[in-house]
Amino acid sequence: MASPAAIREAPAWHRFTPGQRLARFAITLAIVAAIVASIRSIEVIPEFLVDAPEQMADLLMRMWPPDWSHYPSTVHEALMETIHIASLGTLLALVMALPVGVLAAHNLVPSTPVNLAAKLVLVSSRSVNSLVWALLFVGIFGPGALAGTLAIAFRSIGFVGKLFGEALEEAQPGPIEALTAAGAPWVSRMTFGYWPQVKPAFWSIALFRWDINVRESAVLGLVGAGGIGMALDAAMNLFQWDRVAVILVAIFAIVVVAEIVVTQVRQRVI
Amino acid sequence: MTAAALSSDFRLKRSLRARVALAALAAYVVYASMQMEVSAERLLTGLHNAARFFGRMFPPNFERWELLLKGMTESLEIAILASALGIALALPVGLAAARNLMPAWATWPARLIIVACRSFHPVIVAIVFVKAVGFGALAGILALTVASIGFIGKLFTEAVEEISDKQVEAIRATGAPFASVLAFGVLPQVFSRFIGFATYQLDSNLRNSTMVGIVGAGGVGGTLFAAFQRFDYDFVCAILIAIISVIMAGEIVATGVRRVFVDGATLGELFRRGARVPRERKLEQDD
Repeated sequence: MASPAAIREAPAWHRFTPGQRLARFAITLAIVAAIVASIRSIEVIPEFLVDAPEQMADLLMRMWPPDWSHYPSTVHEALMETIHIASLGTLLALVMALPVGVLAAHNLVPSTPVNLAAKLVLVSSRSVNSLVWALLFVGIFGPGALAGTLAIAFRSIGFVGKLFGEALEEAQPGPIEALTAAGAPWVSRMTFGYWPQVKPAFWSIALFRWDINVRESAVLGLVGAGGIGMALDAAMNLFQWDRVAVILVAIFAIVVVAEIVVTQVRQRVI
Repeated sequence: MTAAALSSDFRLKRSLRARVALAALAAYVVYASMQMEVSAERLLTGLHNAARFFGRMFPPNFERWELLLKGMTESLEIAILASALGIALALPVGLAAARNLMPAWATWPARLIIVACRSFHPVIVAIVFVKAVGFGALAGILALTVASIGFIGKLFTEAVEEISDKQVEAIRATGAPFASVLAFGVLPQVFSRFIGFATYQLDSNLRNSTMVGIVGAGGVGGTLFAAFQRFDYDFVCAILIAIISVIMAGEIVATGVRRVFVDGATLGELFRRGARVPRERKLEQDD
């Protein structure tokens, strides 16, 4: 039992060491400084800011009532095209990402230069936004759904390949060693050793990416890469706000439907 | 029926279902590809274009670096302000949506706000704001704020719903008012996860702030789009290099912030050891 004097002399308890406190303070200070610097130098016209709620209300007024008759004539077709872009893009990405993912997994291809090269492919695919990929493919193949599909595919390679490669690296070595000991060739080791172990991860990555791609493919039309974004762009340029409202509702609906589909499929398959 | 026969019957059924699914998928691919108007001629022209395109992209041209720097600074400012505003607004909304703390009349409207903010891509929100408040950074800030409310609101709600009730009850039992229950019972339990979402959102806002300019909402995206339209592909290449390096720098900063606030690193440790990010957060990354 410590005497009262010893308790009094014991140093006060602190949650953080002085070093930790200094680090937390420095980061907080840097964040506040960044916010203040941004507020001071950003070019926002104050009149626009004051006017914003009024303008938003005006915009919503013009959107109401939505022009539903516009849906069967143009929006439906564009919406279907968006789904095709997302689905074909995802499939194409899966086909291209599987070999890259395998090359990136160190336990499958035990060669560090090959792993690094594969990872470089994956990182560069992920670092370029799908809109930029779309601009690129519109420049190459001209406007249309083909450019959108390729943009979605190239953007998704990095995502799918990275997660698939990580899943492969986390596979248990036991079954593979057993197959190797039995003299199984490479193909059998892949199909009976690795594939059953990474199958759930693979399907969940594919579904997750498809869900993201449905959202993203709705935007690509703004740069001319097909889908509902093109209908949105056309309606906005003509100030047909009642049509814009229909298109926004359609995008909202397709996103919700995609989420329901993904949840259902995930429950059934995985 | 023996167990072996049962399992082989089951396998047969499963493989039949898998084959039907595969055939349906193949039919869909053929049907959807036909909608794409792909032809050998078009692909050939495309390849030809691509070669010319990449030939003109290199070497990258940094001559107009002042324009590039101006756009990039604006993108950074948009990302910082939208993150700050979005996080500040997402906290009350996220708390109001937590079912274990709030009554139903508060959670439903809050959940509706979160779903509405999440369902549109930031760039689509950005065009609507461009039409509403005019061209410029303000539209970008507002659009990314909406996206941040949706994302952080959702994850924050989930985090709050997963907390342990014991600490909340202990503080309630002392007769503490609701604000104290939040401050001492709820927030300390979700703080480290919150730092994770916030830094992730800053990262995501940085990526998107370089893109919203394509629809006129400020930042380097406008410069990029203009360069594309003027066929200045060497300048396009320079802008892309700049964007990718800023995004990678942003990732390093975000990791540093997480290491200080979540792992309790000191400034010295921050610059010494390599950082590691937990796996569940990796899946959230990207989009």
